[in-house]
Amino acid sequence: MSATRKSAPVLRRNLWLVRGAIVGTILVAWEALAASGLLFRDVVPSLRAIGVAVQRLLVNPDFYANLGATAWEIGVAMLIGTLLGLAVGILLGANRFLSRAFESLLLYLGPTPKIIFFPVMIMWFGVGAGSKIAMGVVSCFFPVAISAAAGMRDIDRVLIRVGRSFRASTWQMVTKVYLPAMRAPILNGIRLGLGVAIIGTLLAETKLSNRGVGYLIIQAYATFDMPRMYALLIVLFVLSIGANAVIGRLGRGRAGPAA
Amino acid sequence: MTMSAKGFWTSTPGARIFGLLVTLAVLGVVEAAIRADIVNAFIVPLPSQIAAAIPRIVAEENVLYRFWQTTQEIFAASVLLALVGVGLGVLLYSFRTLRLACETWVAALAAAPVVLMYPLFLVIFGRSATTIVMIGFAAGIAPVILKTVEGLAGVRPVLIDVGRSFRVSPAQQFRLILLPAALSSVFVGLRLGLVFAMINIVGVEFLINFGGLGQLINDLAERYDLPGTYAAICFVVAISIVFYVMTGKVERRLRPHQ
Repeated sequence: MSATRKSAPVLRRNLWLVRGAIVGTILVAWEALAASGLLFRDVVPSLRAIGVAVQRLLVNPDFYANLGATAWEIGVAMLIGTLLGLAVGILLGANRFLSRAFESLLLYLGPTPKIIFFPVMIMWFGVGAGSKIAMGVVSCFFPVAISAAAGMRDIDRVLIRVGRSFRASTWQMVTKVYLPAMRAPILNGIRLGLGVAIIGTLLAETKLSNRGVGYLIIQAYATFDMPRMYALLIVLFVLSIGANAVIGRLGRGRAGPAA
Repeated sequence: MTMSAKGFWTSTPGARIFGLLVTLAVLGVVEAAIRADIVNAFIVPLPSQIAAAIPRIVAEENVLYRFWQTTQEIFAASVLLALVGVGLGVLLYSFRTLRLACETWVAALAAAPVVLMYPLFLVIFGRSATTIVMIGFAAGIAPVILKTVEGLAGVRPVLIDVGRSFRVSPAQQFRLILLPAALSSVFVGLRLGLVFAMINIVGVEFLINFGGLGQLINDLAERYDLPGTYAAICFVVAISIVFYVMTGKVERRLRPHQ
């Protein structure tokens, strides 16, 4: 035990050294590649050019307008997709017959490429925000529904019996028993759903849109503004990973005391 | 008699047949709604037209060749995933500090929308199969690395001790003890990576209008061939389901019995 305590600061220092060495090596290799001329000019821009592009992006009001449009689309998609996913998941988790009849459909349709539905979404919801929201809904529905169904089945039977013995209505059972008991799997489903909703919405924006972060990325590609494209991807990755981490922490934090 | 009929419908096959019948009934309602002009036929084609379009697109749109193109891309990505993903997993396992330093980064990569880098890959590799394969590879690498590390780290210490007591070399330790014990987890990671790769490969084919099945959907949608578009989507969904089920069966068959 004492050996572990002694080695912990050394391990932590070594970790930071290794991390620093990896990041340093990547940055030096990047800069060398940018200066080498091995690739077409600007395909790998210098770190300084990317830094300047990130800085310009973050002070550009136009970026925030497009980020707001994308966030709104993803937010609405998450709201609709989560509610639909929860309703279907709870229904399938609560009823064995329905689960046997329809859950395989969910499991099989879940891992299909959702972006191929985009032409259909354009026909149904138009070329504006509607089709992007629909893509987000289609993407996030499956992980939420699958997690909710699994979470529903894992609820402690005693809790359900307690609810029934108090003659709780269906709505009371859902809000007072099922949802609180399924917090961890639902938050996990929402975390996974958010990841795929971001991808679905932004891919749709890159395909056909005149606003949003996906549109900005494809515009940077069309005008060969590589530093701006790198800047957009960096900011997007940071935001996506950050959102994922926040929901993941929320799920762990809430699940902790119960466990 | 009544009881046995009730018993059949509550059994798993009965429930699945019920699910299928409900799906067919929904399609019948959609067909009737379109024929009654309740649903616009210019937005949703008749399900019967979609069914009729499947043999047409198979014959006229070179579907088998497109399927072969997509299969080749998936195969190339899977080879890369197996070699690089498992290799990096073994590397991270071999150096504990490196693993502790990088594991959270790999997990973050798994949460990152990697496929959105496709315009960047287009610039680097051009509008080619290489871009599609590299996106598939990049999208599927994280689970392969994570599951390989998890499998190797989860090998029971007693097995490692047995190897040590037989004074096996590090290479033998890896080949005879670590790898067989970790195979189950490695296969789970490879299957996850392959499914991610397949999803992204078909998606990028659609987005950049290049390659096999994804491009077919884009082509038909741009021609406003509605029954064809819907039929191609059904075809790709069916292929995805077959791929998912088959990789699951292969994973279970290759998984050593524990």
